[in-house]
Amino acid sequence: MSSYHLDHLQYLETEAIHVMREVAAEFERPCLLFSGGKDSICLLRLAEKAFRPSEIPMPLLNIDTGHHFPELNDFRDQRAAELGAKLIIRRVEDAITKGIAVPAPGEVSRNRLQIPTLLAAIEEFRFDCCIGGARRDEEKARAKERFFSFRDSFGQWDPKNQRPEIWNLYNGRVNSGEHMRVFPLSNWTEMDVWQFIHREKLEVPTIYFSHKRTVLRRQGQWLPVTEFLQRKSGEETRELVVRVRTIGDIISTGMVESPADSVDDIIAEIASARVTERGSRADDKASEAAMEDRKKQGYF
Amino acid sequence: MKDTAQTISIDQTVSDSERFEALKDFNVLGHASHHPVEILRFNTCGSVDDGKSTLIGRLLYDSKSLMEDQLEALQRSADITGGGQINLADLTDGLRAEREQGITIDVAYRYFATPRRKFIIADTPGHVQYTRNMVTGASSANLSVVLVDARAGVIEQSRRHTYLASLLRIPHLVVAVNKMDLVNWSEERFLEIRDQFEEFLPRLDIKDVKFIPLSALLGDNVVDLSKNMPWYQGPTFLGHLETVHIASDWNLNGFRLPVQWVNRPKNPTDIRLHDFRGFSGQIAGGIVRQGQKVMVLPSGLRSTVKEIRTYDGPRAEAFCPQSITLVLEDDIDVSRGDMVVGLDALPGMSMELSARVCWMHPRPLQAGRKFFLKQTSQTVQVVVTALESRINIQTFDPEPAPDELPMNGIGQIKLLAAKPIVFDGYAANRLTGSFILIEPGTNATVAAGMLLPPAETVKPEYNDFVI
Repeated sequence: MSSYHLDHLQYLETEAIHVMREVAAEFERPCLLFSGGKDSICLLRLAEKAFRPSEIPMPLLNIDTGHHFPELNDFRDQRAAELGAKLIIRRVEDAITKGIAVPAPGEVSRNRLQIPTLLAAIEEFRFDCCIGGARRDEEKARAKERFFSFRDSFGQWDPKNQRPEIWNLYNGRVNSGEHMRVFPLSNWTEMDVWQFIHREKLEVPTIYFSHKRTVLRRQGQWLPVTEFLQRKSGEETRELVVRVRTIGDIISTGMVESPADSVDDIIAEIASARVTERGSRADDKASEAAMEDRKKQGYF
Repeated sequence: MKDTAQTISIDQTVSDSERFEALKDFNVLGHASHHPVEILRFNTCGSVDDGKSTLIGRLLYDSKSLMEDQLEALQRSADITGGGQINLADLTDGLRAEREQGITIDVAYRYFATPRRKFIIADTPGHVQYTRNMVTGASSANLSVVLVDARAGVIEQSRRHTYLASLLRIPHLVVAVNKMDLVNWSEERFLEIRDQFEEFLPRLDIKDVKFIPLSALLGDNVVDLSKNMPWYQGPTFLGHLETVHIASDWNLNGFRLPVQWVNRPKNPTDIRLHDFRGFSGQIAGGIVRQGQKVMVLPSGLRSTVKEIRTYDGPRAEAFCPQSITLVLEDDIDVSRGDMVVGLDALPGMSMELSARVCWMHPRPLQAGRKFFLKQTSQTVQVVVTALESRINIQTFDPEPAPDELPMNGIGQIKLLAAKPIVFDGYAANRLTGSFILIEPGTNATVAAGMLLPPAETVKPEYNDFVI
């Protein structure tokens, strides 16, 4: 093998850096969606790789559902401060107060309510591009997503009418009021993300590592018991050694039993995993087309 | 005849020991590995009933890349709609309309890995009206898989896709002759189909073609060698994907750095960065070394490479397709859309361009229309000055001077750009020889273009002035 050769992580890295630089050059008001989760942690490192020694030329945006894991928000704030990046937070709670997001009667989940909150933030700051950490391997509907994914003035995704994406030539042209969602990690798998975290020695929130937690059994999943999620009669609670594989709302994120307390352990665990990452997300199990429907409306 | 190609019965009890067997060589951290894990990108293309999705499903299933919740979801939909029969195509057909109509309407990307390689599959539909998706999925592929139904043999779709693979200059082609179970595993039939291909392959420019007889439904020659076709001596489908030589697929001749973004720190705290000006981009060809003489085009200004910067420290050299930031010795004017090139193999530069295009929009292309052309990192206005020919997909012959180019039509055109374009012929460099056309107003991507080689290259003395 010649020395002029990239291994798979180096290939994915150069592809992602190229995408990020296209965003910085072609859009007037881009932002980077940063939750503190593992995918957006990789995004931030890639942004450093793309733009150093300059500052990252866009603010970070997070939609706080009010149901976030506190560990995640702490990590988010700490990491943004370390980088000297501007962090914009918009809260679902505020959007509800203002009438921007309207919960259905009895709706507890904040998942759907993130959508109007995000779209309002895009309008408020007149963002013409949001970089996100979504990956095509996460879910079937995401498998059809482009790197540069066009959203109309209602923030909608039209999967049947996507711009063809050819070679590495991205069409970033949008009219006023429209915007682009850009996914530099499109071609990354869960394994690639953890291998990158390992190679780059990136810090991640502690909830990815095994810890003791009180959880309850609901619809085949172990969900964390919190002020937002209480045991219904007949439900079993237990104290288990668990970790999260993918982080959503604290009320819909399934915990997996795991002794993995290092990045090496996690990589070994994923290598022998028998279920996909999204298998632990109750929000995706609603129906076969749950993700597709949310994406069409403007979900991440 | 009952067509069983879309349904399959699979053994759902993959034991832990089998899975561990599959994983035990998989060096997940790459520590002890002698070879880094490479990525091979391939696309599958074929008609709706060729069993494309079944082949991918089989590949994922037999290489143990399917997870329990995916199998569970398959089982759920099988129980509801499939009379208990599992449909592997459900794995790739992710959108509701696709499941309803049993078709694939867009490019779907799938990922799996073996101990040798990581694979990115672009699953592209074979519907005539969706050729643009085939071009999308195949443009960055190392390898293209043309699926042929052994009963039907070569059909118009097979010719079209083979032609597109050749037009896009995908380095490797696999002709997967599927449904061999339905022709009694006949070697004679396989050879007949190979001969049908051999009739037109010499007229196309494809260097590496591999024919593999298989049954996606039953798994023969997909991951495991077929017991039903002892006459076939070659590798399995996966075996070929794992071993085909792709290390030289990137262009390492003639340094090209399209400048994407000028890196100028604002208000740096580090005093050494006050005058810092770097040119960031992804190398689109060749190798660059510190101290090397370079030229910036279209200006023709020359300088020397002072530093090759990356986040992980300075480099003595860098190569295609790495992303770098170049610092030059001289303070010359360089901006996005410019190209920094080596002096040894210079590109072409012209406002007049000739190209082959695949037209992708329902509104046909006519001469005189204006577009934005995006090539490397620049976007410029162009006008289509002439439609020179349209390719007849049956004969591959050019038909001169068509009035228009319809959706999915392939033709040769002439363009006039508002400023000089720095380029190589697509055959020499896929990254500096390709472009897209964007329709003003709708901003739709309406064409994929491949530039013909330049009539002349930039002369080293041309535009050379000392500052």
